[in-house]
Amino acid sequence: MRIALFATCLADTMFPAAAKATVLLLERLGHEVVFPTEQTCCGQMHINTGYQKDALPLVRRHVRTFEPYDVIVAPSGSCVGSVRHQHAMVAGDDTRLAARATAVAARTYELSELLIDVLAVEDVGAYFPHRVTYHPTCHSLRVLRVGDKPLRLLRNVRGLDLVELPAAEQCCGFGGTFSVKNADTSTAMLADKMRHVLDTGADVCTAGDASCLMHIGGGLSRLRTGVRTVHLAEILAATEA
Amino acid sequence: MNTFLGMPARAPRGVGHLRGDQPFPVAAREALANAQLRRNLQHATTTIREKSGRVIAELPDWQELRAAGSALKAYTMANLPALLEQLEERVTAAGGVVHWAADANEANRIVTDLVRQTGERRVIKVKSMATQEIGLNEALEAAGITPVETDLAELIVQLGNDKPSHILVPAIHRNRSEIREIFLKAMPGVDPALTDDPPELAGAARRYLRETFLSTRVAVSGANFAIAETGTLAVVESEGNGRMCLTLPETLITVMGIEKLVPAWSDLEVFLQLLPRASTGERMNPYTSMWHGVTPGDGPQSFHLVLLDNGRSAVLADEMGRQALHCIRCSACLNVCPVYERTGGHAYGSVYPGPIGAVLSPQLTGVADNPTLPYASSLCGACFDACPVKIDIPSILVHLRNQVPHPRTEAAVMAAAAYTMDRPKLYASAQRAAKLARIAGRRGRGLPPPLNGWSASRDLPMPPKETFRDWWRGR
Repeated sequence: MRIALFATCLADTMFPAAAKATVLLLERLGHEVVFPTEQTCCGQMHINTGYQKDALPLVRRHVRTFEPYDVIVAPSGSCVGSVRHQHAMVAGDDTRLAARATAVAARTYELSELLIDVLAVEDVGAYFPHRVTYHPTCHSLRVLRVGDKPLRLLRNVRGLDLVELPAAEQCCGFGGTFSVKNADTSTAMLADKMRHVLDTGADVCTAGDASCLMHIGGGLSRLRTGVRTVHLAEILAATEA
Repeated sequence: MNTFLGMPARAPRGVGHLRGDQPFPVAAREALANAQLRRNLQHATTTIREKSGRVIAELPDWQELRAAGSALKAYTMANLPALLEQLEERVTAAGGVVHWAADANEANRIVTDLVRQTGERRVIKVKSMATQEIGLNEALEAAGITPVETDLAELIVQLGNDKPSHILVPAIHRNRSEIREIFLKAMPGVDPALTDDPPELAGAARRYLRETFLSTRVAVSGANFAIAETGTLAVVESEGNGRMCLTLPETLITVMGIEKLVPAWSDLEVFLQLLPRASTGERMNPYTSMWHGVTPGDGPQSFHLVLLDNGRSAVLADEMGRQALHCIRCSACLNVCPVYERTGGHAYGSVYPGPIGAVLSPQLTGVADNPTLPYASSLCGACFDACPVKIDIPSILVHLRNQVPHPRTEAAVMAAAAYTMDRPKLYASAQRAAKLARIAGRRGRGLPPPLNGWSASRDLPMPPKETFRDWWRGR
C-alpha cells in the first residue's frame, strides 16, 4: 500500500526518530511511504490557543498537500484528532474547504489505527527487551478512541515487559500552550503522572504522541529519574538484528 | 414597547459571584500550595468517581439516556421563549406569581421586596446555585434580612464567611476540625464542648437548623427542573433540609435560571435517572420535592417564581456556546477534571467552578471579563465523556478561546509562526535555526518569559542533529 506520512511539525523538528521509525516500520511491513514535502503543521496549536484565523492557511495547506493520497498516517493521536475534529470547523463558511478537509480526515489515521484497522496487523515483528509502561494520551483515547490498539501492538513485541500504568487515563498535564499558560497546574498534573510512571518500575515510558512524551520526558529528565520516554513507533520499529 | 438593540445583555458587574479577583493561573498557584485542599480534593473526587462509575455501569442504556437528555435540552433551548410563557401560564393558573428578572440586580430587588412585604426579617434557604450567582444573600443582608443556608455544607460555608468550592460539595475544602472551629465561632446557641466527631457536628447543625425551620416563615429556593407542561417545580437533594424549607414556611420564593426548563412531565424520567448517578453516584437521590402553585391548607400559601436571565439570553444567542445551558449541575465534570482535582473551586473565581464553570462563567459575563477561564483546561476531554447531557465542553473552550482578546505579543508570535508554517522553505530554515540552540542550549534551563513556566519544571529536548525532512532528503 502507498501511504503518505504526515510527520507532524513537532516530530519533524524535534523528534525525527518517531517519524523515521514510522517510515522504517511501514517499509518493513512491505508498504511504500511517501513524504509530501509541502506539509508543515496541522495548525492545532493555533486552533487550541484561540487563533483560528491564523490556523486557516495551515488547514488549507494541509488539505491541499494530502488531498492526492488515499491513506495518510501520522505518529500522533493529537494531530490526527485536530485533522478529524477541528479542520472542517476552522474552514467555517468556506464549505468547499470544509468538505475537502472532511474527506482528507476520513483517510487520515493515527499509527496504531493504521496498523490494526487498515493493515490488519497486530504483530509487527518488533523486538524491544525493556520494561515498558504505556501512557494513553488524551486525544488518542478520548478524541480518536484508539482504545487498546497500542497495547495490542505492544503485547506482541518480543522481549518487552509491559507493566500497567496506574491512573493511566489521567492527563499528563501537557495540553499544548496550557503547559506554559498554566505552568503550575500543568506541573502538578505532571508530578502525579511521573509518580505513577516511577511506581511501575519501568525503564521506558511510551505513548503515541511526541508532545505528551516531551512533557513527561522533560519532567523525568529534570528529576534525573533515569526513566526514558520512547515513542510507540520507535518500539514497533525496533528489531533484533 | 421594547426595541431590540443587538446582543442581549451579559451579567452585570459589581453584583454576584461570576468574576474572580485574580486570573486563574495566579489563583491556581496559591491553591496548589495548600496541602490540606489537595488531599481533600484528591480523596473526594477519587471516591465519587469510583462510586459514580459503579452505578452508571449498572445501566445498559446509559448512553441512550445521555443522548435523550442532550436532545431534550437542545429542544428546550430551541423553543425556550414559548416554553417559558407556557410555564408562566401554568404556574399562574396554579396560584403562583411569576416574576421576570433581566439580571442579578433585578432578581435581588424582586426577592428583597417580596420578603419585605411579608414583614419577616429572616429567610431560610434551600441550596441554590442561582441565588449564589446573583449574590442574593449579600443583597438581603444589606436590606436587614438574615438569610440562613440550610444545606449542611452551605451552612458551613456561610458561617465560615467563606465561598463554596464545589457545586455539589460546597465545603469540600474544609476538614472536620475546621468545621468544629467555624461552628464554635459562629453558630448561635452551640454547645461549647463540641468535638470534631462527625455525628456530633451533624447533631449541632441539626439542632440549630430545626429551631430555625420551625421559627421562620419565608423560604428561598432554587430549582433543578421546571416543567412547562404542568407548571411543576422540582428540587432534588440528599439531606431533607430542602424539603423542610419547601413545606414548612408560609411564603416560598423560587429563583430559577431560565434554562432549567423541561418541556413535559415525562421528561423527568430521563433526568431523574441521569442526575443522581452522575452527581452523587446514587441510583436515586434521597429527596425529590415537587410542587405546583399553592394548595390551600397544605404547604406555603404564597408562591413566587423569579425567572432569571442574567446573561443567559446572550449565551443562547451563540449556537455553539449555548450547550453550556444544558447543564443540570451534577458536577460530574468537576470530579473527573485533572485541573479541578488539583486547584479546587476557588481558583475559578465564580460560583460555577471546574470545566462547566470555565465555559459558563465567561459566557454569562462576556469573555473579556473572564479571559483566563477558557484556558483553565488541558483539553483532555474527560469532562465531555462524563457529562450526563453530553455537553462538548472541550469544543466550547476552544470556541471561547477564539473570542478572548489576546495579549499583543502573543498574537504577534502566533501570527509569525503561522506565516512561517505556511511557507515550507522558511519553515525549514526556522528548523535549522532551532538546531543552533544545540550549541547555546543547556536543555532549556531558564527560558525567557512566558516560556519560563516550561523550564521551571521540565527539561527541553535537545534539538536533533538533523530534522526528519533533512533525513528524508538524504535517503
